[in-house]
Amino acid sequence: MNFFKQFNPKSFVSKNAITILLFLMVIVVAINEPSFMSWGNLKNVSTNVSIRFIVALGISGALIVKGTDLSAGRIIGLGSCVAATLLQRPDYVDKFFPWAGDYNVFAILLLIVIITTILGIINGIVIAYFNVPPFIATLGMQVIVYGINLIYSKGQPIGALKPEFTDIATGNIFNIPYLVIIAVVIGLIMSFAYYKTKYGKYMYAIGGNENAAEVSGVNVKISKVKIFGIAGLLYGVAGFLLAAKSGGGSINYGQGYELEAIAAATIGGVSTTGGVGRISGVFTGVLVFELMKTALQFMKVDTAMQSVIQGLIIIIAVAVDIRKYVAKK
Amino acid sequence: MTKYQLEMDHVTKSFPGVKALDDVNLHVREGTVHALMGENGAGKSTLMKCLFGIYSMDSGTIVLEGNELHLKDSHDALEKGIAMIHQELQPIGEMTIAENIYLGNYPMTRKFGFKTIDQKKMNNDAAEILKSIRLDVKPTIKLKQLSVSQMQSVEIAKAISHHARIIIMDEPTSSLTQAEVSVLFDIIHQLKSQGVSIIYISHKMDEILKISDDITIMRDGKTVGTWPASQMTIDSLISNMVGRELTDLFPTREVTVSTDIALDVQNITSINPRSFRNITFELHKGEILGIGGLVGAQRTEMVEAIFGIRKIADGIIVKDGKILNINKPQDAIKNKIALLTEDRRATGILGVLSITDNVAIASINQYVDFIKINQKKVNKVVKESIDKLSIKAPSAETRIMSLSGGNQQKVLFSRWLANDPDVLILDEPTRGIDVGAKYEIYTIMNDLVAAGKSIIMISSEMSELIGMSDRIMVMCEGRQSGILDKKDATQESIMSLATKFM
Repeated sequence: MNFFKQFNPKSFVSKNAITILLFLMVIVVAINEPSFMSWGNLKNVSTNVSIRFIVALGISGALIVKGTDLSAGRIIGLGSCVAATLLQRPDYVDKFFPWAGDYNVFAILLLIVIITTILGIINGIVIAYFNVPPFIATLGMQVIVYGINLIYSKGQPIGALKPEFTDIATGNIFNIPYLVIIAVVIGLIMSFAYYKTKYGKYMYAIGGNENAAEVSGVNVKISKVKIFGIAGLLYGVAGFLLAAKSGGGSINYGQGYELEAIAAATIGGVSTTGGVGRISGVFTGVLVFELMKTALQFMKVDTAMQSVIQGLIIIIAVAVDIRKYVAKK
Repeated sequence: MTKYQLEMDHVTKSFPGVKALDDVNLHVREGTVHALMGENGAGKSTLMKCLFGIYSMDSGTIVLEGNELHLKDSHDALEKGIAMIHQELQPIGEMTIAENIYLGNYPMTRKFGFKTIDQKKMNNDAAEILKSIRLDVKPTIKLKQLSVSQMQSVEIAKAISHHARIIIMDEPTSSLTQAEVSVLFDIIHQLKSQGVSIIYISHKMDEILKISDDITIMRDGKTVGTWPASQMTIDSLISNMVGRELTDLFPTREVTVSTDIALDVQNITSINPRSFRNITFELHKGEILGIGGLVGAQRTEMVEAIFGIRKIADGIIVKDGKILNINKPQDAIKNKIALLTEDRRATGILGVLSITDNVAIASINQYVDFIKINQKKVNKVVKESIDKLSIKAPSAETRIMSLSGGNQQKVLFSRWLANDPDVLILDEPTRGIDVGAKYEIYTIMNDLVAAGKSIIMISSEMSELIGMSDRIMVMCEGRQSGILDKKDATQESIMSLATKFM
């Protein structure tokens, strides 16, 4: 059956229309603005991609089981604030917590990850055991976490972080940013989880047909709790890294990341109708979306208009994805 | 020359890679029931979708009562007098019967200068139509309060409201009881007398011979021929459909039933008072126990309770001398019980996933080394199943939804056989599967019992029930009305038990 393996240019273009379009746009910008391809800019894009890729890996799990996760951005914001408040320079006079000592960076990472994983698990429990639609459950969580963070950080931006912490974001090995290496490692771990473990097989089965999976002996509820829990964990890591990269924490960090991640995952072929999606696709989606944003900046499109365009692309990406499945009916 | 109400000529339709319809002709006489038969994939549905405007033809003509039609979409088809009663009804439960009938076609009036729906006219007209098909319900009650067969009648009422000249019925009796089928047939006779023609698609041969005037058979996207129903027999239908003589519908089997008991079900009763109660039976090793009964007899609910999908309030299930404690499917699977569910699409296939993933999902614990799944082990099991059950697919990575019904069912068989179950429960194992694939499924069942496995098979097809079972338990209204030995099982004996408590 060689026919099925043959490369079909027409179907390739129609399946990847948005990716191709965005890449074309990036190429045009790169030709007109040579500085776009400068080492500095590419490095900047790569670190942005790294953090967003980690977020999108969390969200793609929720999408594959026909869910969504709108709480991502605010959980990232909380993670960044916890990191920033506890990892300020010990000698800084105006510390957020005057009592705070010189804590180990990784101990704080662990603390953040525990908090955000618990938030993710709560999302999962509400969705799986109380049958609240993921859209509502995670929207509620989004608002709750924002409130908690407002109480915790008093809405103040927090800076003066200690260099051991910010080094994680600014450091390089052989000119490769640590952030990129961290994202690659996490990507590999998640690939293993998606393709090689029961966790992944169950996730795809639930997305493919939840009832059939249940009848086949899949514990659907526990699987969902795990998926949302791991998503929470990844948001925690992302929040931690975002604080390190920005040199501070703020209530507004991470805002809107969930929509960007949903768009990126969808552009990369994760279907909002469930059961479909590859990590390589998520990566492509995040990369393309981030390049597009940078290209808009280079084209001197004003920020308000950038926002309009990004929103449009998110909607178009989902519309194109849905069309693939509707047409098959 | 006979005058035809509908003439479809030289209809051709291709999809990428397949020619679904190849020069198909269908001529329907006025006021007749015209059966359209063929194995799954023969092109019946595609032809009907062309007639109903869902697909556009590559070439060919449709002439209705002398006028050539060029259909834009299904709405257009409806307006021109062609209606379709779908296999899976899509009613809007929260709306009233009248609103459902006139959906998309509401009678309008003007109130205070605004266009509004003329509720009064709509309800009166609806009442009229309901009366004409003798459906004794008020048009103002919500649709969800009706039974499945009543909802189907509402669909027919909808077709009438559009003054349909041709009504396509796709497997209209698949979820009806015997009594409801005869009501449907009465309605069909009445429609005929008004000059409406019915195109009737069904796999049930006895039904087709009973209701239809003409029969057109399709095979591989082509028309085999059209005959008056009176000239056809079940054998001639089958041989025309499969294109070869099937000497036997059921493969012969050495009786291998032992006296050992594989599963002992004692007096189980559902937690739902309207479901099954006091069901007791023994399943022997190497036995096929058929379960007969009409739709609504709670057969599916009963086996789903054994499998842990539903709960029992009372009674016990004993296997290998142990009382089983089954609360969820995992528990049943651990005890080597398997269930092939009734509705392949709703609770069987994982549509967008590969054959491999579909096979491995229920037996996944077998392949896990520490936390990693050993893909080699999986692939070996899958390859063996594909070879053993001769599953026809381009590769093991093909998405299951692109396979035919018969091959999908074989994949689901493989899913459960990978667990090496002692007791295999099959709920309507050959529903919607063509004749050739049915025979293969029967062969698989015979091989399993020959190897000492036991099978419980729910079936609504009498011939299958009688042809395959060693014993048949019949249920009626949630109760067990009797168990028949193979030698006592006839259509009549089963039917009388199936209606015992009605």
